[in-house]
Amino acid sequence: MEDFKSLINYISNPTILVTAVIIIFPFVFPPTNWFYKINKRLNIDKLWTGKGLLLMTFVTVAFFIFGLTDYNFRSIVLKPDNVPISGLILLLIFFTWLSMSQAYKNDQLVDQGESVDEYYEAPNDKVLVWPDLVYVELISLILFSAFMLIWSIGLPAPLEQPANPAESPNPAKAPWYFLGLQEMLVYFDPWYAGVVLPTFIIIGLMAIPYIDRDPNGSGYYSYKDRKLSMSLYLFGWLILWNVLIVIGTFLRGPNWGFFGPFEYWDSHRLEALTNINLSELIFVKWLEIGLPQSILLREAPGLLIMFILVAVLPVLLAKTALKKYYNDLGASRYSIFIVLTIFGALLPVKMYLRWLFNLKYLISIPEYFFNF
Amino acid sequence: MSDKKSLLDKFSVGQVWTSIFRGGGVPKSRRQRMMVVLNSVFLHLHPVRLPKHAVKLKFTWCMGGLSFFIFLILTISGILLMFYYRPTIEYAYTDMIDLSEQVPFGIMREIHRWGAHAMVITVWLHMFRVFMTGSYKPPREFNWAIGVILLILTLLLSFTGYLLPWDQLAIWAIAVGSNMAGATPLLGAEGPGSALLAIGDINFITKVSDARFGLIGGRFLGEATLLRFYVLHCIGLPFIIMIFMAVHFWRIRKDGGISTPV
Repeated sequence: MEDFKSLINYISNPTILVTAVIIIFPFVFPPTNWFYKINKRLNIDKLWTGKGLLLMTFVTVAFFIFGLTDYNFRSIVLKPDNVPISGLILLLIFFTWLSMSQAYKNDQLVDQGESVDEYYEAPNDKVLVWPDLVYVELISLILFSAFMLIWSIGLPAPLEQPANPAESPNPAKAPWYFLGLQEMLVYFDPWYAGVVLPTFIIIGLMAIPYIDRDPNGSGYYSYKDRKLSMSLYLFGWLILWNVLIVIGTFLRGPNWGFFGPFEYWDSHRLEALTNINLSELIFVKWLEIGLPQSILLREAPGLLIMFILVAVLPVLLAKTALKKYYNDLGASRYSIFIVLTIFGALLPVKMYLRWLFNLKYLISIPEYFFNF
Repeated sequence: MSDKKSLLDKFSVGQVWTSIFRGGGVPKSRRQRMMVVLNSVFLHLHPVRLPKHAVKLKFTWCMGGLSFFIFLILTISGILLMFYYRPTIEYAYTDMIDLSEQVPFGIMREIHRWGAHAMVITVWLHMFRVFMTGSYKPPREFNWAIGVILLILTLLLSFTGYLLPWDQLAIWAIAVGSNMAGATPLLGAEGPGSALLAIGDINFITKVSDARFGLIGGRFLGEATLLRFYVLHCIGLPFIIMIFMAVHFWRIRKDGGISTPV
């Protein structure tokens, strides 16, 4: 049993967890035809059947029940403000299944030359709002109210010690829905993780309908005809947003160190601070000539990388792999799409640079509070 | 068919009932049922008739409706809480204690807090559903953008409310969040480029004039922060979110109702 717990502690380390998730993800939510074929061949789409739901729910619930027998697991998961996140995990599994199962079913119907489940013939297939919709609404409201009452009676709202600005808790955590962003603070400075990145997320979300203009798949669940947009969105939503929230809530302890779900939150655990900047890596460790005096020269490698990422790579991709998208979208839509996607992809890339090379910043100009 | 009429049938053709619900009678015919929706200020947010998949939970998940419903629950429980809560450092925490210890079977604070968490989740899931059904596609692209604004406002409402209990959980969560504002590019004292906004030696962006200062009303979390967050939480943000909700709901109808296969 202890071995199993240490195994779980080990594999829930972000280096392993995130790697596993990134490798598995495209096979479960295929972005291209190639992945889609493998998804079908390996029968991964069986996840979206009734049995798949049972399996996923059973594994999750069994893990939670098993975990609750452990003191360390219990003390984190049962914190009142963390309870909604356990609920969120189950809801995400259910609703991802619900949408994907309908999407695959509709894809199959389309393949067979039939119309999708949501197809209707106006005006014959219309129903009246009174009573057909209002009673569904009424029942939902009553059930939800009952659920809220039970939740509120059963779980008191948290109230800790009175506020004391002189005594900071360790770890100090933002509200749970911002913990994905707080997790990004490990890899980026506050100006990026806390201000620019959220702005990118907002702009990116709003830009979705202006970039994905394919009229296919509007108004019904489907996957096959919109693989890339589905896969990108689900990666952002399920992995970059929700998995990071789960890591930030359950697996980040004192000093924002990583702790496995069955690990004691030891605030005295030492973490070596060995992170170095790209400039130090190149000029000090590799070239062994010391940091140049000029800021521009010192940060030239990082600036060059950013220039390549933002200015060269999009052009290269437009001429090669993404030519079709460039032609479809036009220059301005394509630029917004590709720059936002690159900055999105930079999140996991920066994580790996940290894990592999202890890289702190690509560009570090503390003179102007500019570190990236 | 018997001629026997139920009490409801009799009452529903009387003067009182018909003065409130135009048309009279329990709506039984198709025409009456349509008139119910048309004659009600609340129900006429809805169209009269819907495609059949629009009433199926497996299609809609009811998450948009639930989000609005939770907003109403939060408004009502929030108003009740405002009777007992004073947004000052002296009283805020003790009022919390009073709410939990002096009110027999008092769950208003629980309803409000768990409702807030639930609303964040339902708004997320609503967005998830809208994406999965491709409902953001033309002609609904602008309403999707309004939806993104509503999502942000929901998070801001929850964030401002998080401070009000004035306990350790509250101030340190807000401290983490509001420190970010100090790092805003150009406008935060510790943000990149803040030194650019200056005339000669005079910096415009300092610790007492930057974005963080504006957010928390001082250099440190204190009385001004509490009042600021309280006003935003109870008046400012609800006012803004209601305007956007009105546009959101109106646009659903104007953009052709719930999305359907072409």
